[in-house]
Amino acid sequence: MNINWANVFDWMMLLRCFVTGGIICIIGQILIDKTKLTPARILVIFVTTGAVLGGLGIYQYLVDFAGAGATVPLTGFGYNLAKGAIESVQQSGLVGAFTGGVKASAGGIAAAVFFRIFSITYFKTKNEKTINI
Amino acid sequence: MNPLETKQTYQEYVDKKSPNSPILKNCFNAFWVGGLICSIGQIILNICKERGFDTQTSGTIVSILLIGISAFLTGLNLFNKIGKFAGAGSLIPITGFANSIVSPAMEYKSEGYVMGVGGKMFTVAGPVLVFGISASILVGIIYLIFNTQSITLV
Repeated sequence: MNINWANVFDWMMLLRCFVTGGIICIIGQILIDKTKLTPARILVIFVTTGAVLGGLGIYQYLVDFAGAGATVPLTGFGYNLAKGAIESVQQSGLVGAFTGGVKASAGGIAAAVFFRIFSITYFKTKNEKTINI
Repeated sequence: MNPLETKQTYQEYVDKKSPNSPILKNCFNAFWVGGLICSIGQIILNICKERGFDTQTSGTIVSILLIGISAFLTGLNLFNKIGKFAGAGSLIPITGFANSIVSPAMEYKSEGYVMGVGGKMFTVAGPVLVFGISASILVGIIYLIFNTQSITLV
C-alpha cells in the first residue's frame, strides 16, 4: 500500500479542522459553565441542532470546510443522521425516512455497544463518580 | 443567623458562596483537547481516503476507531481524568458519547449483566439517540413533503 503522507498531513486542512472542532467544544463549555443545563441535555441539544442544520443543508458547508472538525463533534452525528435520512428518502421514499438515519450512523452506535461489552469484560468496575454526567 | 426567606435571596446567597469556575481556562482546555481529538479524526479520515475508501465509509471508520479508543481509555479510568481536565473538549466529540455509554455501564456492573449493564448503559446515551433519531426521521419526512434542501441561508 502506497500512502502519500503529504496528503495525510495536509496542514491547512488539519488547522481548519482543529480550529472548527475547538470552537464547537468552546460553545459546549460555555453552555456548561454559564447555564444550568445538564451535560446530557447539552448533548441532546448538539445532536438535534446538527440534525436540523444538516436537514437545511447548512452543515454541509461546515463539513466541506473543516472535514472531521465538523463531523467528529456530536453535531456531526446529528448531521450524519439527517443526511442518511435524506439520501434514503431519495432512494426509497417514506420508508427511507425511518431507515436512513440509523443506517448511516449504525457503525458508531454498534461500535459503542460492542466496545462497552469489551470494556466491562476486561476491566474492573470502578465505583467512582464519573465526570460530566 | 439570618434566615434566607425568599427564593431570590437564597439564590443570591448561593451565587455568592459557590466558587466561580474559571471559564477562560476551561474554554482554552476544551478548545485544544477538542481540536486535537478532531485532528486525530481528520488524520484517520485522510489515511482511509488514501487507502481508497469512500467518504461515507471513511467517516464510519473514524467514528468506530475514536469510540474504540475512548472506550479503552474509559476502561483504564484515564478518560475521566481527561474529562475533568477538558470538560466539553472531551464531551462534545463522539468520544464523549462513547464514554457516556461505557462509563454508566461500568458503574452499574454490580447490578448484574442484564438489567445493570444492558439497561443502564443507555441512561445518558439513550436521550441522544432518541432525539437524534427522531429529528432525523422528521427531517426525512419534511424533505419528502417539500422535496427540497434549498432552504439554505448562505
